[in-house]
Amino acid sequence: MQPQELVIISGKGGTGKTSITAALADYFPNKVLADGDVDAADLFLVLQVTETQIAEFQSGHIAEIDPDKCHQCGKCAALCRFDAIVTSESGYQVDARACEGCKVCVNACPHHAIEWKEAFCGLWKESRTAQGTLFHASLYPGAENSGKLVTFLRDKARKKAMDEGIPLILVDGPPGIGCPVIASITGAARILVVTEPTPSGYHDLERVLALAKHFQIPTHILINKADLETSYLKKMEDCAAKSGATVIGQIPYSPLFSEAQQKGQSILKAFPTSPEAETLRTIAAILKQKMDESEAEGQK
Amino acid sequence: MKIAFSTNGNTLESLLDTRFGRCSRFLILDTETNHYEILENTQNLNAVQGAGIQSAQTVLETGAQALITGHCGPKAFKVLHAAGIAIYLADNRPIDELAKALAAGTLAELTDADVEGHW
Amino acid sequence: MQIAIASGKGGTGKTSLAVSLFLANKDRARLLDCDVEEPNCHLFLATRFVSRTSVEKRIPLLNPDLCTHCGKCVEACQFNALAEAGKAGILVFEELCHSCGGCTFVCPTGALHETPLKMGAITRALVAGKAELITGALAIGHTETPSLILAVKKTRPDPEVAFTLIDAPPGTACAFAAAVEHTDFVLLVAEETPFGLHDLKLAIKALQKMEIPFAVVLNRMRPDFSSVLEFCKEKNYPLWLQIPESRAIAETYARGGTLLDAMPELEESLRILLDQCAEAMQCNPKN
Repeated sequence: MQPQELVIISGKGGTGKTSITAALADYFPNKVLADGDVDAADLFLVLQVTETQIAEFQSGHIAEIDPDKCHQCGKCAALCRFDAIVTSESGYQVDARACEGCKVCVNACPHHAIEWKEAFCGLWKESRTAQGTLFHASLYPGAENSGKLVTFLRDKARKKAMDEGIPLILVDGPPGIGCPVIASITGAARILVVTEPTPSGYHDLERVLALAKHFQIPTHILINKADLETSYLKKMEDCAAKSGATVIGQIPYSPLFSEAQQKGQSILKAFPTSPEAETLRTIAAILKQKMDESEAEGQK
Repeated sequence: MKIAFSTNGNTLESLLDTRFGRCSRFLILDTETNHYEILENTQNLNAVQGAGIQSAQTVLETGAQALITGHCGPKAFKVLHAAGIAIYLADNRPIDELAKALAAGTLAELTDADVEGHW
Repeated sequence: MQIAIASGKGGTGKTSLAVSLFLANKDRARLLDCDVEEPNCHLFLATRFVSRTSVEKRIPLLNPDLCTHCGKCVEACQFNALAEAGKAGILVFEELCHSCGGCTFVCPTGALHETPLKMGAITRALVAGKAELITGALAIGHTETPSLILAVKKTRPDPEVAFTLIDAPPGTACAFAAAVEHTDFVLLVAEETPFGLHDLKLAIKALQKMEIPFAVVLNRMRPDFSSVLEFCKEKNYPLWLQIPESRAIAETYARGGTLLDAMPELEESLRILLDQCAEAMQCNPKN
């Protein structure tokens, strides 16, 4: 049995992606969680974490010039396209943050004076939470966010789900449409886009739907803060239809989300009888139905 | 002929690993002599990207004419297909059973990538 | 002077502030939209389009007649963008290419040369006559975010102005770093929520590591939470502007209005904000 992976993304940041993921984590009984926003991982703040294991994550390499072997010929600096080789009183040096890990300088150096070292881009974590196992990470500041760490976390989540017969993986995705977002959605069973009825929300929805369509993944849209500006609702439905996505629900602008965050809980846990929680449960039920339908479809 | 299998095990009774790009090793079986060798794929665990391409190259270098695995992404498919290697998909069953299935013609050959690539 | 407007967390009001800061100072500032994956500044400004330029990256192109199949290019590539496919020869995977030039460098026969591939576009527009808005937009499915950001920052100002404002992407990773590096000052927009506080701390750590001075602008202030405010006071971080949480502001924003439309009284504070940045730079000049 293959677990189904639902990824929650947004295009624009700040639409409520993480808050909604936390609510889904409280709704579904049996799941593994992954926080793909390795740049600014916040999901753990609204789950109840009991224990965490941490390890360093290696990704690629960087060059390092050995000053004792360097003849100051400058060939490396001339070839580097990333402005990563700089001069100082002590001679040529690699700017570790700018180094792309392409190895051109290492290959070009006539005196073999450049070392090729493993690079560590951050920490990855496995936490036990009240909502299940959570795989998350924190990138070192300025580190490359190629998506490799996101893929790693998703792989960990998938393996855990398969080993323990858990049917669902929930992934809190990153904002934008670049490497980490691509890494969080490729091979996913289903995408939920959390958007808001604002010019930025709509503009970014178009871009993120184009990305989902590019990867041909069934996509649903949840319009958060929906009562801020109702003229967008029809526009968003049309935009969705054009990409083959469906709008499955709306939630009004609500101070309860921040208040639930302040309590370290999802809105479902903090305010279970609120109309917002009720709406979220309805939306979650639709998602569950869609996923059950594809499960049945897949088994035919 | 030589057949490559993606696997985590070391013998013909081992199960197929359904993932191609990041499997731990390949078992290369020579169907004429029934001898096999194991080729590690650990450099892929460290690949920043393009693990499927790297695995495809590894398989190419063995001289295998067929590959049996669980899924094959578009970039790996492009390399294998261009090189003329036949790709067959199967579940995580024992390798010797799959070798027999291939000989009996019961495995379906892949004509295009079956999954999206990923990072 | 280059000032970046950034935040750890997305959605704190970075673009809102950047746009209003630009409008309040359009006589002496230009705005670069470096949130190239989701550029939004143009949505809130009445712009007159001037030009759009494609931004390209270089990818290798193989001349099969000169290729001896030595495989040196495949071996050199750290990103698996080149593969040896038996009789089919060398295959290029352009989406994986980082444009490092390594393959063309090692090729012994000159069978590889570089060709451009479009990965994004830079648009130039004018606001209120002559204030510049430069927008970078990454092509869908592409991943060259930091390169495109650097290309936007390299555009020559026309006219020359005292302040270049940079709307940075959210987060604290390579895209953020490309936007804020080599700037003189960063305004960090934070929101009064637990996520906001958590991500502000990450952003501050990143800026301290990069040795770029900053000040905090606190958005969405609420009477019942004040963790970010208290954190800034405790650490003595400069807090230069505070904007309240207000449904009215949110609705104005949803209709395409700016902070200045919702709170015209902010204009003077937004002019003083740039003066404060200039003053801070004079007091702590780099090198």
